[in-house]
Amino acid sequence: MAKIIVVTSGKGGVGKTTSSASIGTGLASRGFKTVIIDFDVGLRNLDLIMGCERRVVYDFVNVINTEASLNQALIRDKRIPTLSILPASQTRDKEALTREGVQNVLDQLSKTFDYIVCDSPAGIERGAQMALYFADIAIVVTNPEVSSVRDSDRILGILQSKSRRAEKGEIIEEHLLLTRYNPQRVAIGEMLSVEDVKDILAIPLLGVIPESEAVLKASNQGTPVIHDQESTSGMAYDDAVRRLLGEDIPHRFVDITRKNFFKRLIGA
Amino acid sequence: MNAVNFQLKGSVVTAIVLELYQYDPETFATDLKDRVQQAPALFEHSAVVISMDKFDGSYDLINFITLVKQCRDAGMQPIAFRGGEKHLQSAIRSTGLAWLPSTGARNNDRELEAPAATPEVEKVVETVVEKVVEEKVVHRASKVLTRPVRSGQQFYAQDADLIVLTNVAEGAEVLADGHVHVYGALRGRALAGVRGDKSARVFCQSLEAELVSVGGVFMLSDELRERCWKQPSYVSLDDDQLTISKI
Ligand SMILES: Nc1ncnc2c1ncn2[C@@H]1O[C@H](COP(=O)(O)OP(=O)(O)OP(=O)(O)O)[C@@H](O)[C@H]1O
Ligand SMILES: [Mg+2]
Repeated sequence: MAKIIVVTSGKGGVGKTTSSASIGTGLASRGFKTVIIDFDVGLRNLDLIMGCERRVVYDFVNVINTEASLNQALIRDKRIPTLSILPASQTRDKEALTREGVQNVLDQLSKTFDYIVCDSPAGIERGAQMALYFADIAIVVTNPEVSSVRDSDRILGILQSKSRRAEKGEIIEEHLLLTRYNPQRVAIGEMLSVEDVKDILAIPLLGVIPESEAVLKASNQGTPVIHDQESTSGMAYDDAVRRLLGEDIPHRFVDITRKNFFKRLIGA
Repeated sequence: MNAVNFQLKGSVVTAIVLELYQYDPETFATDLKDRVQQAPALFEHSAVVISMDKFDGSYDLINFITLVKQCRDAGMQPIAFRGGEKHLQSAIRSTGLAWLPSTGARNNDRELEAPAATPEVEKVVETVVEKVVEEKVVHRASKVLTRPVRSGQQFYAQDADLIVLTNVAEGAEVLADGHVHVYGALRGRALAGVRGDKSARVFCQSLEAELVSVGGVFMLSDELRERCWKQPSYVSLDDDQLTISKI
């Protein structure tokens, strides 16, 4: 039985797809058979970030409508053999996702994979609810600003009332992933701090991903940023995956570091 | 352009039906007052239709003008009579209220006893409604929420206190017929005594609320910021004025 992870946020553009790609990659590179599903029907994106857009023939909706088999639709990652991608349809809308259809696909995938990572669309409507309904684990992606935090709180409420686990009276494992974090801007009060966000959302912190140009560079190249272990965000994603797998390691890149301070002094 | 003063339309209105079974001028008035006092908010400003459909007492005792006055004195707003025997119609009309034909054994009048008037609540709400007991409730277990109340969620403790062990987020709402206790930060809305209990209170570990209310009297965050903001505090109603006090 696979573990189903939903990467969700409520608010758009906070880094769900970036995080799905890197966390899925991190799990697969540790030997777990992992599939990342793009639930953003109509706004396909994951394939670009994973660099497999030119290999998309069939998609998630085709499989739901039994117009294609899972094997035809799954795309093997070029870099990591244990990683697959199930792309979204660009031409349909979210109504194409039915609960039975999604359940069918997840059941089939559960037989062969260890982890199923569901990249949720923004919002709290059908698409987002479909992505989170079957989840065992939720990674709530939040930016350090008030509206993103509020939307994350809303999504946590929906996880607690409209998911399969909630309906069965079970609890979903919840994790906070704080992305696009900029300690300098936190220091001058332009952004909420890690502590502020933790205080409001009151769920365990999986990781803090610093704002970094490496992310944009990585998505332009179609390589998830976790592959770039020179970059702070790549390292932070790797830490997050380790924590997801149960390791207890300190959070990095949270404070303005002394090293940065010296670097600035010597102009490096 | 011709200015039209009015237009006539058919419409369905919702009203409270007072189903009269028998009438004794003395006991009627006191019974009515008791019933209204149980839930003043429910009867205030709501239209009442006095139904004679199931009347089974002596018509001789009824003075309709007195009956209407008794209803008004109790805080109700009667708008019409319904049903009853033909020969009563002129007496009914003399009250100035409308007379509506009997609906036969119309079943769609829901029984509207005070405890059944649950406010509209979202699906996510777990209410503690069990079978509502007609007699006075002696003790009702409080409703306890162990997890944070999230933005968009709403929880209501009917006929009881509501206890939240952690935070109530901005955009969340907690309501109770009794007290509301929040043993974390109260950042959303908290309403105590929602069916008129003016002795109810809102208690919280840190007052950062968008709105607090007791017995229908409310205060918004702008005003709250000037009192006990982010302090352990409670909200109570004194002479129809909300008071915020430090714990
Ligand atoms: N740590 C980061 N540093 C810098 N830029 C980032 C970071 N994380 C995400 N971004 C940028 O933010 C934008 C949105 O990211 P992404 O597409 O992952 O968000 P999303 O939540 O999936 O959006 P949507 O709601 O539209 O699906 C992208 O341009 C991405 O490059
Ligand atoms: Mg996305």
